[in-house]
Amino acid sequence: MKKPFTFLLSCLCLLHLVSCDKDVVETNAGYQALQPTQTDAEAGTWTPLIVSSAADFPLSAPEPATSAAYLQELKELKTMTANLTADQKRIIDYWKVGSVLRWNEIMRELVAKHNLPPYQNPDKTYPIPSAANPFAYPVFPFSNPPYAARAYAYVSAAQYDALVMAHHFKNEFKRAAPYHADASIKPAILKSELAAYPSEDAVVAGASLEMMKLLFPADVAYLTKMAEEEKNYRLWSGANVRSDVVAGDSLGRWVARKVIQRAKTDGMGASVGTQELWTKLEDDCRAKGETPWLSLETPKRPPMLPFFGDVKPLLFDRSDVPALRPGPPPSANSEQMRKELDEVLSYTLNPTREHMRIVNFWADGVGTSTPPGHWNAIATEEFVKKQYSEVRWARNYALLNAALMDAAILCWNTKFYYFNARPCQLDPKIKTLTGVPNFPAYVSGHSTFSGAAATVLGHIIPERAIDFKAMAQEASDSRLFGGIHYRADCEEGLEAGSKVGDYAIARARTDGAE
Amino acid sequence: MKKVYYPLLLGIMALCMSFFPAASYAQTEQDALMMGERKLCVAATVQYSSWTNYWEGNFNRDNENLGRVTSKAAALMLNYGLKENLNIMATLPYIQTASSKGTLSGLKGFQDLSLAVKWRALQWQADRQKVSVFAVGGFSTPTNQYNIEFLPMSVGLGSQVLSGRLISDLQVNKFSLTLSGAYLHRGNVKIDRSAYYTDRLINSNEVNMPDAGNFQLRTGYRSSRTIAEAFVDNMTTFGGFDIRKNDMPFVSNRMNSTRVGLEAKHYLARIPALGLHAAGWHTLAGRNVGQAIGFLAGVDYIFDFTSNTASK
Repeated sequence: MKKPFTFLLSCLCLLHLVSCDKDVVETNAGYQALQPTQTDAEAGTWTPLIVSSAADFPLSAPEPATSAAYLQELKELKTMTANLTADQKRIIDYWKVGSVLRWNEIMRELVAKHNLPPYQNPDKTYPIPSAANPFAYPVFPFSNPPYAARAYAYVSAAQYDALVMAHHFKNEFKRAAPYHADASIKPAILKSELAAYPSEDAVVAGASLEMMKLLFPADVAYLTKMAEEEKNYRLWSGANVRSDVVAGDSLGRWVARKVIQRAKTDGMGASVGTQELWTKLEDDCRAKGETPWLSLETPKRPPMLPFFGDVKPLLFDRSDVPALRPGPPPSANSEQMRKELDEVLSYTLNPTREHMRIVNFWADGVGTSTPPGHWNAIATEEFVKKQYSEVRWARNYALLNAALMDAAILCWNTKFYYFNARPCQLDPKIKTLTGVPNFPAYVSGHSTFSGAAATVLGHIIPERAIDFKAMAQEASDSRLFGGIHYRADCEEGLEAGSKVGDYAIARARTDGAE
Repeated sequence: MKKVYYPLLLGIMALCMSFFPAASYAQTEQDALMMGERKLCVAATVQYSSWTNYWEGNFNRDNENLGRVTSKAAALMLNYGLKENLNIMATLPYIQTASSKGTLSGLKGFQDLSLAVKWRALQWQADRQKVSVFAVGGFSTPTNQYNIEFLPMSVGLGSQVLSGRLISDLQVNKFSLTLSGAYLHRGNVKIDRSAYYTDRLINSNEVNMPDAGNFQLRTGYRSSRTIAEAFVDNMTTFGGFDIRKNDMPFVSNRMNSTRVGLEAKHYLARIPALGLHAAGWHTLAGRNVGQAIGFLAGVDYIFDFTSNTASK
């Protein structure tokens, strides 16, 4: 009879072993409240990315500190900061980590949510998501890598430009924070020496909401709720009075509308193309004596945004793209191509677990925040250690994401210029360890994105430059190990990406922030 | 007469509780049979299961980019009678997956080692009837860090599983009826990625695995040398999320399935220690799993370590 008890006892031990703690602790759970090592008070003089001048926006001067209206606002603030509910405290704890950081997380989440290719129609064609009807299937958008790269860039640009303008007005009006105006107000955040009008959080909330409801219209309710919570957090925490928040919100929205004007005319609308244009890509490739790319999906799916390569870049001119475009890939029938195919095949036949780890870590495929989102996550982990001001957070993301968008443009331009086949199209023996993306191979998107991101981040955080470069190399290799890219795609992609990164560095050197 | 057989349902669960092979608990835990004291059964089986259709949430679809997804497995099992009413068991399958269309590579490798202890807690025997109650405790753990991020081609889910099962069995003459239910406590798993989307984005490489339940009813003919039974089996995951339309499957999906099948085993009259074993099944309903059919064939041999008596 003893055995059953021994058995039960060992079960209990095992239960402990297996269960330990089922709660998953996220990497962003331990982020501390934002405490900038420098305020960057002079950031009003930094060069914005898209908006021309702060003077364009007629922000009215705040009521003086002695006015009845302002005293009334302070009184209101005292009531609001007293007796906070648990939910209000949770919202404060969430947002006090940093406005720009939180909106970046929100954006990565929405990109992952919408990064799903539409399911086919009964007649084996594919529906295209429509911004005019975002809630119907297929839900708008399909946030694939080029869509996502552009979305991250415009949202980051709007946040950065809005904060530069906010600093301009902060410096002009120099209104003190409410806890400096009235010492009896005890803020639930760390005190700042920055002027309070207009509120940085409200600027970022206004700009982000206005941008993102266009990019992710099906999530407008969620976005609105987040923006409202953020603005309320400034009041509940005693960080801003209501007029700081109202002014920031309208400034942020105004900047976003300027960025949207640019976005509406950047050529994205024509990036999908038509059947006629898709056929022409094939014909042009054949005319050059090459093997054109074919969709490897069944039913055949039209290529992903084939004319995204004509979108207007942020860091250079459209006319610069042909000069930046890498030279041609090895011809489909060349000896070099056979060599590269054999190399791909060799990686896929007996993959090591370490190679599979690399493929998985960098896969960033369906249902993820895409390679640009992955690099935003990598950047975020580094930026939090640096204790930047909000405006510097925004500036660094804007540089990174401008480079990633332009990397997408250059990469897509190259892909559809050469229109070459994926390894498993030329050699069906090649079976892949990750999904085959539905667009031509040369050059690798992951490599171009990673080359650009590592270059920019290496400039922003020089002591980590070598590590970023190694990560970019690994991201690039992952596509070769996975069997979906040739070596030439990866090497040329990394190189093209780092050239784009250099444009961002040139900008960083002259934007006034260094 | 009684304890000759190697228990039924070798490895069936290995191939069908989810999208792909996932032996989450020792397969012999499910039936109402025991090895006699100091007898060791060594069994080898081969299994084949495949599907063309699968469920994305509740949406049943095929996928021409996968075609037919097949999984072949070979498993070795040991079952030793510590006592008349106390058995220990171990199972280790080797699995290979493939798809008939599209570009995705198959994977192969050893999957999870399962260990179980089975205790016949109660037994009433009347003239021609017998009622027994069993308790089974199981533990399974991956034998290696196989790739769990390439579903449906992965060989398993990579989770450690602790299970507890209760079995009640009724035998009247040659008629048998067995009802069993198990709770599977599954440990979290680590993936290679640093973030993943369920119904929100989770910034971690750790995935919370929902627990699961397994319920089974089996009935049929059971004699001293032959067993032939039909079964219905249900796997229900308590939590997890649905695969979204056109998304890839994920380890912590809510994987449910209901299967029906037939299983038979026969011990040869001339070599009573040698048994032949076969089974087949079909998935009737499911959620986030393949609509699989499967077959199993196996042999087992019983070694008798008792000093004098023969096994029969």
